[in-house]
Amino acid sequence: MSSAAFAEPTNQGQWTLPSRGRVGMISLIAAESAIFTIFVVAYIFYIGKSLSGPAPKDVLTVPIFATVCLLSSSLSIHLAVRALRDARVGIFGLLWFLTMALGAIFLIGTGLEWRRLIFHEGLTVRTNLFGTTYYSLVGLHAFHVTVGLLVIALVMAFTLLGKVTPKYAERLEVFSLYWHFVDAVWIVVFTVVYLVGR
Amino acid sequence: MASETIAVRAAEAGRRTIAERLHDWVVTVDHKKLGILYMLYALCFLVIGGIEATIMRIQLVAPNNHFVSPEVFNQMFTMHGTTMIFFVAMPVLIGFGTYLIPLMIGARDMAFPRLNALSFWLTAFGGLLLYFSFIGGNGLYGAGGAPDVGWFAYAPLTSPPFSLGHSTDFWTLGLLVSGFGSIGAAVNFITTILCMRCPGMTFGKMPLLAWMNLVMGGMLILAISPLTAAQIMLSIDRYLGGHFFDTQAGGSAVLWMHFFWIFGHPEVYVLIIPAFAFASEIIPVFSRKPIFGYPVMVAATVCIGFVSLSVWAHHMFTVGMSSYANSFFTITTMAVGVPTGIKIFNWIGTMWGGKIQFKAPMLFCIGFLVQFLIAGLTGIMLAASPFDWQLGNSYFVVAHFHYVIVGGILFTIFGAFYYWLPKMSGRMYSETLAKWHFWLFLIGFHLTFDFMHIPGLLGMPRRIYTYEADRGWQVWNLIVTIGVFFQAAGVLAFVANLVWSLFKGDPAGSDPWDAWTLEWSTSSPPPEYDFARTPVVQSRRPLWDIKHPEDPDWKYE
Repeated sequence: MSSAAFAEPTNQGQWTLPSRGRVGMISLIAAESAIFTIFVVAYIFYIGKSLSGPAPKDVLTVPIFATVCLLSSSLSIHLAVRALRDARVGIFGLLWFLTMALGAIFLIGTGLEWRRLIFHEGLTVRTNLFGTTYYSLVGLHAFHVTVGLLVIALVMAFTLLGKVTPKYAERLEVFSLYWHFVDAVWIVVFTVVYLVGR
Repeated sequence: MASETIAVRAAEAGRRTIAERLHDWVVTVDHKKLGILYMLYALCFLVIGGIEATIMRIQLVAPNNHFVSPEVFNQMFTMHGTTMIFFVAMPVLIGFGTYLIPLMIGARDMAFPRLNALSFWLTAFGGLLLYFSFIGGNGLYGAGGAPDVGWFAYAPLTSPPFSLGHSTDFWTLGLLVSGFGSIGAAVNFITTILCMRCPGMTFGKMPLLAWMNLVMGGMLILAISPLTAAQIMLSIDRYLGGHFFDTQAGGSAVLWMHFFWIFGHPEVYVLIIPAFAFASEIIPVFSRKPIFGYPVMVAATVCIGFVSLSVWAHHMFTVGMSSYANSFFTITTMAVGVPTGIKIFNWIGTMWGGKIQFKAPMLFCIGFLVQFLIAGLTGIMLAASPFDWQLGNSYFVVAHFHYVIVGGILFTIFGAFYYWLPKMSGRMYSETLAKWHFWLFLIGFHLTFDFMHIPGLLGMPRRIYTYEADRGWQVWNLIVTIGVFFQAAGVLAFVANLVWSLFKGDPAGSDPWDAWTLEWSTSSPPPEYDFARTPVVQSRRPLWDIKHPEDPDWKYE
């Protein structure tokens, strides 16, 4: 039997399915969320269980500036994608660069914090449970920011070469879901590490 | 003109060298080729894992035996468990899903074909990494070898002082890499099923196999990710000197158990749900009736998916949890039995009054039904925490979960191979050899795993490499080992049948079973594009509608 025996599509106009990119990205975000959940649970479970110093309240300062930068980048990437969809490529490039800069500032902030903790406070992964869980959780998040920044930089390079056109708005929107996720995770990490755990 | 081009292409295909054909398989992004690669890969590891099991059973056949050393015995049970779960059961089920889902939902490929290839090669690389430990596990220290910490690798066995060399690291990295492969496959399954269905295939008209693989994909995402996280933590402990599971620095060994079983128990359902899917496709076709209770079947699957995420600590009753935790996990574990029971009734309801054809796929599914029921009953026994305190970590537990995995999952996998082999290769298998396979394997299975319960009840702990003669375990262990050779003979008949059918089997035609789902509407083996024209469906059994235009299903759904 050949598949030609099937009826001709009659209602194809009404047959709409969700976007592949979106569903795929949401599935990936679900998997990433499960990974982060385990790290957050481990962090919370080990709060106050270190057998030696330094303790979080002695060495951690709340990174307000970096947090504001990262959260603002969520807004700028959203506006950037909207600008691209409206075919305002110049505005898109500007907002995309802003997103990249804000993400980079956040990452530099994390780097400076780690530098201080390692060289001045003597806190490493080996030092105590706080060190182990802190660097793992914040490091896992920073790794995700780094991956996001690499993609953003790649798109930035294409933008400068003039290859980014409104037809890619859908793809960049799918990517922006990832970036929003990274920001949302930071809200959780920030709350757990700098507010609850300190 | 077009047919001439095709003829020329076919002639060219005939002239291609073996190297060119192999190259095709390595660079392929076709879901059918990748599905077959997954399955072949899993079958290779099935033989390897089976050899490891046989080595253990020979060692245990008599008291005070010296077939292998205790160290090798530890490596054997670790590698056997890890191999069978991660490199046999997972890839074979993902392989069937990869092969069948697009065909059954009327699509031309998976949603992300290149991700599909990446997932397969990650899984394949993970398996090679695990087995490289036999050579590379020594590391620079000259200690170590294959992993020997058990398949759930409890702390502190995995900490550097207790696990020298790189044995545990190969285990960790192998599972981490193949875990990424599984997550990729899960993302692909979900996206394909949600976004690639052919016109008319609403959620209520999807084949049950697609429904169950959708649930399996969701569970994979929620189950594998915790394992990935735990493996990253273990690597941080081992390489960077972290203290996650280091009790001397305030870390917790029990936390690892929780993290592992948050993966480990949903994993059982990740494996059994595709097995349910095979049974749900095969039983109706060989009973000549539509599936009984389709919506209930879907609801029960989703229900199992949710409840099974909250049962993990029934693996930890003997660790010593609070009485509240024990009660909670006892209740949730027993609750999982309810939707599972509904499914068993639905399959029986499908067979009831049907015109049953006892072909090989159906025989294996009937075996599955009976054995899975028994496995569920011993599962209910072990779910009661006081009972578990008595028998936890004994051979009773080993018998129970092998009843699930071999008696339940492996039986349906064999059934699925016989059912879909004609579609994949275009040739029929030998029914006689398949019957030999079924009966040898059935006898072997029951000799091994029925009698394995008894030494467990008599107090034989799992993972011991030998035992004393005066314990009364001897005769039971002898019977168990004899069964292994029947099973091995059965698998040999299976492999012989596969090879025989590839060369000598009768041409199968596109629809040898007079079945009802879309994969049977295209040729066997299907062309690379699956369907020349995208099918349109109006009911759950689109091929029934075509074969019986006077009485189509969509009138009643």
